Amino acid sequence: MNAFGEALVYLNDPLNWTRRGGILHLLVEHLTISAVAVLAALVVAVPVGIALGSAGRGRGVVVVLSNVSRAVPTLALLTLFAVSPIGFGARATTIALAVFAVPPILTNTYVGFRGVDADVREAARGMGLSRGQVIRRVEFPLALPLVMTGVRTAAVQVVATAALAALVAGGGLGRIVALGFGQQDYGQIIAGALLIAALALLTEVALVVLTWAVRPGPRRIPFPPRRRRPAEPAAAAMRV
Amino acid sequence: MLSAGAATSAPGRVLAADEAPNPWFDASYVVENWDTIVRYLDEHVRLTIGAVVLGALIALPLALLARRTRWLAGPVLGLSAAVYTIPSLAMFAFVFPFTGLSATTVLIGLVVYSLVILVRNFLTGLQSVPPDVREAARGMGYGPVRLFWQIDLPLALPAFMAGLRIATVSTVALVTVGVLVGHGGLGQLIFGGFNANFYRAAIVTGTVGCVLLALVADVLLAGVERLVTPWARVGA
Repeated sequence: MNAFGEALVYLNDPLNWTRRGGILHLLVEHLTISAVAVLAALVVAVPVGIALGSAGRGRGVVVVLSNVSRAVPTLALLTLFAVSPIGFGARATTIALAVFAVPPILTNTYVGFRGVDADVREAARGMGLSRGQVIRRVEFPLALPLVMTGVRTAAVQVVATAALAALVAGGGLGRIVALGFGQQDYGQIIAGALLIAALALLTEVALVVLTWAVRPGPRRIPFPPRRRRPAEPAAAAMRV
Repeated sequence: MLSAGAATSAPGRVLAADEAPNPWFDASYVVENWDTIVRYLDEHVRLTIGAVVLGALIALPLALLARRTRWLAGPVLGLSAAVYTIPSLAMFAFVFPFTGLSATTVLIGLVVYSLVILVRNFLTGLQSVPPDVREAARGMGYGPVRLFWQIDLPLALPAFMAGLRIATVSTVALVTVGVLVGHGGLGQLIFGGFNANFYRAAIVTGTVGCVLLALVADVLLAGVERLVTPWARVGA
């Protein structure tokens, strides 16, 4: 319990927040790396997911990708990119994180577009909508909740993995924990862990609210008391 | 295989480490360090099995309780979703002040994560058992123990096994983060290689080892699944 007391002392020191390399500095670094990685993954995964899902092909590829990605240790990928010609630092970290964000977004986009009722698609075509219009105006709104689930999974995963990046000199809030281990400072370790956990939980909550805001149709409360159906294996999250 | 020698160094700044050969994979490295690799692999396997078995032993009563007491299901699932959001680095760091630089720290963190996956899957499996079937069995005089062993367990087994497989594969990948406290199994190779002048052979050996271990574990569990659900094969 003593360590938790030290952690509170650390978190209550304004200098620890505002100095160069302090919590605010690392937080901005953490969020920048994470945001760039998620955006990059979106740019890659969403079009591919739409193409495969709306054509109804490539199921095997998506399943294999989502299963294999679970078996690859995040630490390994971060390290591999750091020792590749890219060199270690923010760029390697961002690329590694983006690679990790692709499978959940791709899988959920695929599942979402795959799940659009064939009759609805048929009706839209019958009303004279072109293929592009069907995707944009009909399939995308219907698939959006699942796509957003994928984005949420990916974003939380990226924020969590960005914490690991500090172990391979990548920056972000993980540095507080890594430095704490280096200095045998239990209070700082706990403080860093609290910050990282809080950031991951806040990311999750923020994206749940965002999903609720963009969901088409009648609004439901963002945190339903009971799940409508159990999580699908394809949409299951991966721990990092 | 792929040798990227001095070409990788920054222009105008050639270090001795860049001049040295740094292959992506080196068979002689594997042979020379075989004992070390096996030691780390052993730790990796022990931690994985320990975490999944302990997780399953704790998850089953929890899932049974959550099904029996309906109002508990929501909080149990909500709490497990929140716990699952906590990054592994933070999780190990939270446990560290109590158990120190020991394998126990890693094990506790891993059990928590496997628990989250297993409770969800166990509960889904138990909830998928049709109430009429349980009703009928109870009408035939089945007691609670027999009801569980002969009705609930067989019917929920596919969901149980799916949960065990996901938990095992993700635990194998997670063990590597244990390098934080010096007990990361094959993660020690990855991190050790990074610290030893970015020695790629060690990193790649550790990574490939992890992925292979995960695949082998998954195939083994798939085999167990086939063995314990013989009825699933009849139709196919």
